[in-house]
Amino acid sequence: MQDKSAWNWEPGKRVVLDTAKCKEGFEWLEELQASPDGEKCAAVVNLGELEFSVCVNGENWGNTYSRIWYPRFGPDGRLSALCSDGMEWTVAVDDEPWEEGHGYLFNTKFSRDGSVIAVALQDDMKYGMAKDGEAWENLFDNANNFALSPTGNATAAAVQVEPLDQADINKFQGGIFSVAVDGRAWDERFVNVWTPVFDPAGERVAAQVRKTLYDYTIAVDGKIWPGNYTCVWEPAFRPGGGIVAPVRSGGKWGLAEDDNLIWDAKYFQCWHQAFSADGKVAAAIVSPKYGKFTVAVDKAEWGLYFPVVVDLVLSACGSRAAALGKDEDEMWTIMVDGAAWPGRYARAWTPVFSPDARRVAAKVETNGKYTVLLDGRPFGQDFDQVWDPVFSPEGDKVLIRAVDNGQYCRIVALTSEF
Amino acid sequence: MGAVEYGIQNRKVDDIGLIQGAARLTPERIQKTIQKVLAGETGAKLKAYSEICVRCGLCAEACHFYMSHDGDPSYSPVGKVKQTMWVMLDKKGKVSPEFIYQAAQVAYTECNLCKRCVQYCPFGIDTAYIMLVVRRICHLLGVIPQYIQDTAHSHASTMNQMWVKDDEWIDALQWQEDEARDEIPNLRIPLEKEGAEIMYSVIGPEPKFRTQLIMQAAVLMNEAGMDWTMPATTGWDNSDMAMYTGDNEIMARLKRDHFECAQRLKVKRIVMGECGHAFRSIYDMGNRALAWRMHPVPVVHALEFYWELLRDGKLKVAKPFEKTVTLHDPCNVIRGRGLHEKAREVVRAFCPNFIEMIPNREHNYCCSAGGGVINCGPPFKNVRVQGNRVKAEQLKATGAEVCISPCHNCHGGLEDIIHGYKLGMELKFLIDIIYECMEKPNAAE
Repeated sequence: MQDKSAWNWEPGKRVVLDTAKCKEGFEWLEELQASPDGEKCAAVVNLGELEFSVCVNGENWGNTYSRIWYPRFGPDGRLSALCSDGMEWTVAVDDEPWEEGHGYLFNTKFSRDGSVIAVALQDDMKYGMAKDGEAWENLFDNANNFALSPTGNATAAAVQVEPLDQADINKFQGGIFSVAVDGRAWDERFVNVWTPVFDPAGERVAAQVRKTLYDYTIAVDGKIWPGNYTCVWEPAFRPGGGIVAPVRSGGKWGLAEDDNLIWDAKYFQCWHQAFSADGKVAAAIVSPKYGKFTVAVDKAEWGLYFPVVVDLVLSACGSRAAALGKDEDEMWTIMVDGAAWPGRYARAWTPVFSPDARRVAAKVETNGKYTVLLDGRPFGQDFDQVWDPVFSPEGDKVLIRAVDNGQYCRIVALTSEF
Repeated sequence: MGAVEYGIQNRKVDDIGLIQGAARLTPERIQKTIQKVLAGETGAKLKAYSEICVRCGLCAEACHFYMSHDGDPSYSPVGKVKQTMWVMLDKKGKVSPEFIYQAAQVAYTECNLCKRCVQYCPFGIDTAYIMLVVRRICHLLGVIPQYIQDTAHSHASTMNQMWVKDDEWIDALQWQEDEARDEIPNLRIPLEKEGAEIMYSVIGPEPKFRTQLIMQAAVLMNEAGMDWTMPATTGWDNSDMAMYTGDNEIMARLKRDHFECAQRLKVKRIVMGECGHAFRSIYDMGNRALAWRMHPVPVVHALEFYWELLRDGKLKVAKPFEKTVTLHDPCNVIRGRGLHEKAREVVRAFCPNFIEMIPNREHNYCCSAGGGVINCGPPFKNVRVQGNRVKAEQLKATGAEVCISPCHNCHGGLEDIIHGYKLGMELKFLIDIIYECMEKPNAAE
């Protein structure tokens, strides 16, 4: 993670790159990617038949490849991309390829601070992961649901530990899936495994499992909860607490912590649980009436109901929560602490809290143009493209990364400018 | 000569899933499961259907199975209910493993859930719903035809129906992008383009063995100037055979993955390829199993999308498709969504020699592959081909050289019917004709 206090927080607008000029030397320029600090703008560029590079602020990487995809800036500001020379694939980070090539690489993941990069890999039709260029020693007949721990110390995936002949339904139902952590599979086998997740320290793993075609539960480091549920969703580690997962029982959904119901199974839906940094506040998206969704914070429902609610976020301290609701007219509303901001938008993006949780910002779209809202008020300008806003460490300024008339610009806006 | 005894007991088909599943059953488990489903998962609808049916038999001639078996009443919709659900209700679940085997065979392989019969019932009884309840019971009892159960296993393990691994999906897209560039040099299939207007989704067979459809759709998107993307993660497959095995939990899991993929990419809508059952899953059953009353991201079927592009002048006809064509109306997007006139507008725009098959539109006969029947695999191929002689007669009567079938399952079913009855027709998706005949302003000289 970059130290945001070291970024340039001088208020004002600065053009970083004229993308129109940038396009001139290429057959085509692909989607723009902005660095977290807004100082860089990058895109895959085509230089001719089967020749691609990455252009960063108008300068091409020295290496070219026959295909490049998924360029992304990590939280630490390094730019990675998946690159192929036509035979093998590698990860290039700031134009430096990993030494070892692989049959295929995909699904790039960053640790929380960005210092570790992991990808899913396939070699000779065997599957696993690689972390900073180092592949798992054991690969599997299949792997998916890939995860990298927040600290970057470990990787995990759902893995198929035995081959399966075509239409062998008996063997499948006997259990051929498990979880592998850094390439080592748990001893336990399940009918299915989904969404392994790490604890904050990267030392424990929990996952959804199906024990039979009908019995679902949560497995933690290979040990299953004793309880059976008719369905479960992805578990999460509550900071300082247990493992919390939505569970379905008696036809309704609730939240269980370490196999004990902490929110009664009374919802038509319950998912995307979230916690404050100290674990004392729990929230989730719930559907208390069929077709009507809202947010519940410590079981208390907001009084706002929408056909669709997504992107629930809690401030770090847990004192505030925000989410997006979409109405019957397909228009989006931003909800903060159970109150709706006044505007309705064609699209809205995940709300962002200031570090002190006093302010909330979000990217929105109206009539094909984009802007940033701060506490419901729009910035005074629309753009052709905008990235998610970033608060200064003190929360008194907002970094807006935007494309305006073909110019990628970096704007540091005072809160008074909204 | 005695009276002919009709019924499923005379036509049992050997299938590992049904044989082994039934062998594991006990009367106690059967009764408990049936009662649990009836009490916990059904309600007034099933009760009303079972009480208001007057056994008039008007549904019979709506069913292609009945029509193709010379009026054998055990193939009629009401006959299927009589052999399955009514017995379960009458006996309060006290039925034998052999009964469950036969009920499963009826529900999974002799009913396409096409809902044609609903239109002919004076009370609007939805036999497809009743057959789905039977399937749900059979799923919970573990008595499911082998091949469709394997497909449900694939869905659960890979989130797609063809055991396509994560990298194979992406590789197929990149391969098709390269293929398309032979014709459109600057064409792209934009992967993971967050904020695009459209997420284009397909079904498992497309990356597996109908890859040309992805290429053709990419050409259409590019030439029409669409702002679109395809995901490089699971969620790309809109199909759902779990919906048809009765595994409602996996159905819901699949639809969550699909819609949350679109929500993650922040697209305004999902455009889906020419698939019927996937539309049913996204638009009706899977979404609602998750408590979304409607689809949480607007979904546009390919037929409607083509029509929209034509209307907006973004899709233009470069040359007519001269062969005589007829159009098969897939149940899930015609009876299910009412796209029949839009489909015809697109067909007529490209095909001056269009011949209607009779009956048509919402009254069209089913392909006999849908509802998961084709996914029950080789043991039941003859069941669906022999069970749709009327479709063969209907196709033949058009005299058309080409049959357009804008649905994957219909395509598979009609292919077998065309071959089985030696009709000598070509079979095409609508995108095949659009791709061949559309204006391509960015094509290489």
